[in-house]
Amino acid sequence: MATLLDVRDLKTTFLTSSGVVRAVDGVSWDIEEGETVALVGESGCGKSVSALSVMRLVDEPAGRIESGEIVYKGRDLLKLSEEQMRHVRGREIGMIFQEPMTSLNPVLSIGRQLTEGLEIHMGMKPPEARSRAVEMLAMVGIPDPERRLGQYPHHFSGGMRQRMMIAMALACNPSLILADEPTTALDVTIQAQILELMRDLARRLGVAMLIITHNLGVVARYADRVNVMYAGRIIEQASATELYANPRHPYTLGLLRSVPRLDEPRRARLDPIEGQPPDLTRLPEGCAFAPRCAYRVERCGEVPSLVALGAGHRSACWEAERLVKELAA
Amino acid sequence: MAVTPQTVEELTRAEPRRAGWIGAVLDFIRQRPLGAIGGGIILVMVAVAATAGLLAPYNPLENDYAAMLSAPNRDHWLGTDAHGRDVLTRILYGSRTALMVGLGASLIGAVFGALIGVGSAYFGGRVDLVVQRIMDVFFAFPVIILALAVVAILGTGVGNVILAIATPMVPRCARVVRSSALAVREMPYVDAARAAGFGHRRIILRHMLPNVMAPLLIMATAFLGEAILLESSLSFLGLGVQEPTAAWGLMLRGAAVEFAESAPWMAIFPGLAISLAVFGFNLLGDSLRDALDPRLRTQ
Repeated sequence: MATLLDVRDLKTTFLTSSGVVRAVDGVSWDIEEGETVALVGESGCGKSVSALSVMRLVDEPAGRIESGEIVYKGRDLLKLSEEQMRHVRGREIGMIFQEPMTSLNPVLSIGRQLTEGLEIHMGMKPPEARSRAVEMLAMVGIPDPERRLGQYPHHFSGGMRQRMMIAMALACNPSLILADEPTTALDVTIQAQILELMRDLARRLGVAMLIITHNLGVVARYADRVNVMYAGRIIEQASATELYANPRHPYTLGLLRSVPRLDEPRRARLDPIEGQPPDLTRLPEGCAFAPRCAYRVERCGEVPSLVALGAGHRSACWEAERLVKELAA
Repeated sequence: MAVTPQTVEELTRAEPRRAGWIGAVLDFIRQRPLGAIGGGIILVMVAVAATAGLLAPYNPLENDYAAMLSAPNRDHWLGTDAHGRDVLTRILYGSRTALMVGLGASLIGAVFGALIGVGSAYFGGRVDLVVQRIMDVFFAFPVIILALAVVAILGTGVGNVILAIATPMVPRCARVVRSSALAVREMPYVDAARAAGFGHRRIILRHMLPNVMAPLLIMATAFLGEAILLESSLSFLGLGVQEPTAAWGLMLRGAAVEFAESAPWMAIFPGLAISLAVFGFNLLGDSLRDALDPRLRTQ
């Protein structure tokens, strides 16, 4: 399949009072048409900023996309005018936010929020947009959509609001959805429903999806490929199954080991990663994970680059080979 | 705890939520009697202004030289002024001027103030800095001085008086609206609107402005009373509405000062009209603020 979005060497920085934060520091990833890709990492590792950079919604002037290319359907989004970019947002690329409670405007009716984008991007007349809105609400599983259109966000529960957000994101038939922690704010039971819904709709409509999450369980079930981020860089890329079976970076290994599992005896100890994520204004020389890493060697003072280790599997670790051997043993 | 049928009945009777527009008005009257009084005063004022031609016993511009400076009597209930014009008639007609100037000035002040305030908060950064410093310059002048300056530049007359009164209101409205809009700007739904590909103007007008309507409405109502007072002050100083138009502030100046001791009715009644109108608008404004401000809402 053809590549839909190709992010190349993206650098996004923020100017803060304590210095320049390299939130995204030379990151490359891509999404093929209809594919679901995950961006995984701890809070503050730059995954949300990556998505905002794609939309060119990094808050200026503090935040700035320093360099790189974001090629979407053959066009570099960073070279588009603001006006052209506006036709990409919402129309070509939809976005789903983390907080369904606050991502809907409290003073606008559900119907208005759904039809506004349709009228602007698709040039629909109000009655046409309205019937499309009813169709969308039904598609995301909101019962009695006709009546719901006249209601306001406070009439909706958290799960229903997130369904509504999905309906809004999909309304204009985009080719790509960026979902920034789409289920983090929801109850566990609702999380599964929402993720199933997103996967089903993405498959049915052939929409590619970027899921940003810190939840490896989400990745395992719903993503085709995974990018693991740490301190603004991608440290491992692989297909979801490959990543679980053969992690090639100590950080990924640590993440996998720190997930509590129900299928293990209760006394089994969790194995958390020691230490704290680094301060992005004062990154250590070389590999940013080195201070917390059990496999640290002298060479970690140099920044390791992403190296291919087999089909589609890339890792940024000098000791990837040793890791493989030790895990096999 | 067992709930007796009586209690349930009482509970249901305690908060009968009436549906619809009329219901909301009735609820407002019951919950905020003072505001209802203010609203009543304003309603009377509007009714009077609309029907002044029918209510007034005389022509407001007609001089009755036979009855100059006459005290309140059967023919002239509130007396006549130095030109023999009926004071009651001029007060009734004066409500038109007061309402026109009050509504015009607070409408213009609120609209421009809201646009500047929300825009300033939305764009933030350098735009916000520059806009707010310009507003600070306006704040440096006392309201009346600023209004006087505008009249001095534009000249007198109803239209210019409206502009003169709206000018000092714009920065004050802008500041209040901006502080609310700053909080709205940080809400994810504004980012969501940008991510949906909406333009700046649409986000400011359709997405942010409705969210700051409550403080804006309160400001506008408070401005109404103030604008009427300011119009009277300007007219009193001779820089507002000009003779022979009937305006309350105008009735307080000139001969009214000269004959204050011998013919006090010339000043007392228009003065009372001003006080009553401002009082009414302030009562309504305060109650509206209480009713619309969710932090003060008791639910």
